[in-house]
Amino acid sequence: MSLAQLTLHDAAEKLRKAEFTAVELAEAVYERIAETEPRVGAYLTLAHDKALEDAARADEMLKQNHGGPLLGIPLAIKDNFLTKGLRTTCASKILGDFIPPFDATVIGKIRSAGAVIIGKTNLDEFAMGSSAENSAFFPTHNPWNLERIPGGSSGGSAAAVAADECTAALGTDTGGSIRQPAACCGVVGLKPTYGRVSRYGIVAFASSMDQVGPITKDVRDSALLLEVIAGHDPADSTSVNSTVPAYSEMLAGDIKHVRIGVPKEYFASGVAVEVGDAVRKAIGELEKQGAVIEDISLPYTEYAVAVYYIVATAEASSNLARYDGMRYGYRANARDLLNTYTLSRAEGFGAEVKRRIMLGTYVLSAGYYDAYYLKAQKVRRLIKQDFEAAFKRCDVIATPTAPTTAFRLGEKIQDPLQMYLSDVCTISINLAGLPALSFPCGFDTDGMPIGMQLIGKHFDEATILRVAHCYEQSTPWHRRKPKLQD
Amino acid sequence: MKLSTEQLRQVALLARLRLTPEEEVVLATELDAILGYMDKLNELNSDHVEPFKHAIMGLNPLRDDQVTNHSDTESLLANAPDRDGTFFKVPKIIE
Repeated sequence: MSLAQLTLHDAAEKLRKAEFTAVELAEAVYERIAETEPRVGAYLTLAHDKALEDAARADEMLKQNHGGPLLGIPLAIKDNFLTKGLRTTCASKILGDFIPPFDATVIGKIRSAGAVIIGKTNLDEFAMGSSAENSAFFPTHNPWNLERIPGGSSGGSAAAVAADECTAALGTDTGGSIRQPAACCGVVGLKPTYGRVSRYGIVAFASSMDQVGPITKDVRDSALLLEVIAGHDPADSTSVNSTVPAYSEMLAGDIKHVRIGVPKEYFASGVAVEVGDAVRKAIGELEKQGAVIEDISLPYTEYAVAVYYIVATAEASSNLARYDGMRYGYRANARDLLNTYTLSRAEGFGAEVKRRIMLGTYVLSAGYYDAYYLKAQKVRRLIKQDFEAAFKRCDVIATPTAPTTAFRLGEKIQDPLQMYLSDVCTISINLAGLPALSFPCGFDTDGMPIGMQLIGKHFDEATILRVAHCYEQSTPWHRRKPKLQD
Repeated sequence: MKLSTEQLRQVALLARLRLTPEEEVVLATELDAILGYMDKLNELNSDHVEPFKHAIMGLNPLRDDQVTNHSDTESLLANAPDRDGTFFKVPKIIE
């Protein structure tokens, strides 16, 4: 078995026991990348030399028996995290040669914990998409079937974890961008509570929903990474000042009497039969282990996609106003200031980003603000209240992560509305600011992974991690590996 | 159509985006479909619903007003599309 296949917790333990070195681990990951990357296309930028230097430094610290919890661990980072001195493109031509002058807070945290950054992973441009096809550079392929999408927008990170091109990865999730690709690629993806992890230094998309989280090979790794990245940051006024629990120490224990809510709206038509069946079977397994199943309803679910694509595009149109070609980023040659703005943005942004900027500008414009933006913010409150009512009757909510397994490359790219509707199971959670975890719960007849989503109460990541960990202990899905054949 | 060509061009100007005639045609159709879908929200009476403000917090957190300037100006300027010494060079702004 290649060292690249190890989980984070296994690799960390074996590094401490000196079974191999951090340099050997990083080299094994780069060997794997050399072998599989031409078919997968998960990375936009590799940091080979710097990574091996960092690994050598980690080895020195391991010898002295000190250093953080990620000492020597090879991580892949979605290319919308600012990494000092390492190109950060957001998969956009407008940031094609941008070298960040500072690290995102989360990057500083993982570096302090000893992590080795392997490279920056592909995404839908500015994290806008559900298939990673909106990258300005190239699409990423699903390691389980190279003709399928890896999901998006954190498609590169999820594919890199699934293909063992890293030990674990970081992604961002605004409407499902960690969980849906994790489901598509058969790995574990966690979107923490809004405010749990600092957003400082993450390229902003929709600031009221963006959140950073881990994509990992199992649930324990998810807990370990969350422990490192969570916490208050004075540079992000929306990060919450409360103690970070030791999530990885809270995984043990049974799930007797945990009340699991099953909302009927998430099993309605549109959810593939095999997906619904696999998730229901997983819920049955949790019941066998002592959980109590409650049928619940989240009646405003059907409005979530409409609300999300008003709120998210409105925020995106404001956030992306900064790309004006003046202080950084792409600048077109034009005859005057106005034309420099309009042409730089026309040439720098891709089709989906332009579509969302146009939508967002329209729903915020005079005469349409009340009809769209204000209306959406009202319905957003109703969606949040749905969850508040549901959580009086249950501790966690179980649903499919996505209505189908990974679809084919090119299948939805010409139809933006169909693409938006593929987020139907994940976006309500961002609208309400809740934490949610996706983990593998089976495979369909085409051999594609199926993801189950567990939604928790605000700041109760510990319970969803514990329930998922309990499930993982009695099921084989997370240990399966893609064959990665042409 | 929800958006006339004239409205579409006005929105593009507000967004500082130059659209090609082909993009105008495609966007008009796509935005029409998406905005049509969003009309679904009009099924709901939300007259007495307070608009959503924040997922977690009720208050706007304040912090001390301290100067924390970035010390490495060269790394900031290095990303400039055009510069003159320690200045960003931009197109003429005042006619």
